[in-house]
Amino acid sequence: MSTSLTTVNSMRTTEIVQVRTESPSVKTFAFLDKPCSKAKPGQFIMLWLPGIDEIPLSVMDVSNGLVSVSVKQVGDATKHMHNLEAGATVGVRGPFGNNFTESRGKVLLISGGTGTAPLLFLAKQLSAKTERISFVEGAKTRNELLFIKELGGICKEKSFITTTDDGTYGLQCMVTEPLANLLDKEQFDMIYTCGPEVMVKKIFELTEQRKLPLEASLERLMRCGIGLCGSCMIGKYRVCRDGPVFNAAQLREVTDELGYSKLGFDGSRIPV
Amino acid sequence: MESNLLSIRLAGLQLDNPAILASGILGYSAESLYRVVKGGAGAVVSKSIGVEPRVGYANPTVVQAESGLINAMGLPNPGIDVYCEEIKYCKTILKVPLIVSVFGYSADEYASVAKKAVEAGADAVELNVSCPHVKQTGAEIGQSPKLLSEVVEKVKSSVSKPIIVKLSPNVSDITVPAKAAVEAGADALTAVNTLKAMAIDHETTKPILSHVKGGLSGAAIKPVALRCVYDIREELPDVPIIGCGGIMDWRDAVEFMLAGASAIQIGTAIALEDTEVFQSINKGVESYVRKKGYGSVNKIVNLAHHS
Repeated sequence: MSTSLTTVNSMRTTEIVQVRTESPSVKTFAFLDKPCSKAKPGQFIMLWLPGIDEIPLSVMDVSNGLVSVSVKQVGDATKHMHNLEAGATVGVRGPFGNNFTESRGKVLLISGGTGTAPLLFLAKQLSAKTERISFVEGAKTRNELLFIKELGGICKEKSFITTTDDGTYGLQCMVTEPLANLLDKEQFDMIYTCGPEVMVKKIFELTEQRKLPLEASLERLMRCGIGLCGSCMIGKYRVCRDGPVFNAAQLREVTDELGYSKLGFDGSRIPV
Repeated sequence: MESNLLSIRLAGLQLDNPAILASGILGYSAESLYRVVKGGAGAVVSKSIGVEPRVGYANPTVVQAESGLINAMGLPNPGIDVYCEEIKYCKTILKVPLIVSVFGYSADEYASVAKKAVEAGADAVELNVSCPHVKQTGAEIGQSPKLLSEVVEKVKSSVSKPIIVKLSPNVSDITVPAKAAVEAGADALTAVNTLKAMAIDHETTKPILSHVKGGLSGAAIKPVALRCVYDIREELPDVPIIGCGGIMDWRDAVEFMLAGASAIQIGTAIALEDTEVFQSINKGVESYVRKKGYGSVNKIVNLAHHS
């Protein structure tokens, strides 16, 4: 085995050193881990809850060796995780997968739900390098909008748009709604997105109609994380190894699955 | 011609090269298998398919070891009825033989899955009688010559395509199940499946795999697998053997052929070199055969037994 894969894929136990509540359903957990501290925006880790489960999580931030992941409570494993406090031991392997490319010029980031986490990491990285960052974030309701303060600080005035389904904050609409207007009005050198796949699909349609470049981070069921087991296939691609970030040309090859189907734990196709 | 140099016949199958995708790696979708063929595989083996769908075990299902991987996936598969659609699709896009891996909890189940797979278009079936981590199937069958014979005979009487039996290394003498399989009608043997293994985390004092116990693959098991192939060839001079276990590069592939394998299977090596590993192994084997003046890859099979 090559030293690098063995190092990255080996299970390291580490302590949770910080837990922060971001919203009623999302908490951020920070831990120290050398290989994971080299993660780039878009990459993910496999986090082991000893005796419970192992789950894929996008990296939300790396600073001074401290690695942060934001976790939404959606099932048994994430519920267990939400009960963890600083001092709890978890296992980590990774980072895995590719990362968003670093674009210059004017960029637009669009997120939904916990998809905001990797895009915040990306926005932080790009803020020093790009001319202008615009960010559109959507959530169901006001208190589920993530990282508003951080994103408000990174984006210049009027370039941070928020939407909520119930209109409790920002515009009352789907996150994709202000996009058509924005894309027609302004020039962007790159568009990045992460969030629910139906949203990603809609954004892909909007960027395709205008022949705009897009990078989207996708999610699938994952087991091995290293491209062997085939659980996370979309078309000919493995989300864990060929992704999780896919460009417009790659998305064009998987339109019959994007937003429609994925593989279930038994390998059969199920709706996303 | 270059393709002739590597082409082989294996239990009635015609392969452009001897590098086959091992079962369990990718293989749910036809497109994942297509990608492996693009990477240079001479044939592909599907995930192990049973009568009913199985979701497999909870994560962690794979854990890194010093020189290999330990896995306990738990035979996740959509069941043969759903998988038949994938087999049919495979037959329209794959230009290499498709071998469908089959498991069951009885001889009847093996036979019924194998029959459906062949009817859907499988070019051969590989009987998984060696999975080390699911009860009442796999190795529990492969370790009993009597059960193994029953399974092979039943499948043999149900399908007309070649039957390959994948053996477990977790036995005191692999030639015993090998003989039982061949006498019951196996057309070829794959040696070997993973070695029983586990991983424990000392910090939390917990086993890492959710299923606790699993099977080891990768470079760590190569010398063990090589010996298994050599032992089988000594006892059974004629049966085609597919060498499997820790083949990471062309040198490993050549060594398995020298020990008696007509073809080889690749799995864990994909973690390192990705699906192009088939091309790089084939290229290496080809230049070895050319440099040594053997003329064909078939000429190196068994050579270690004559020296």
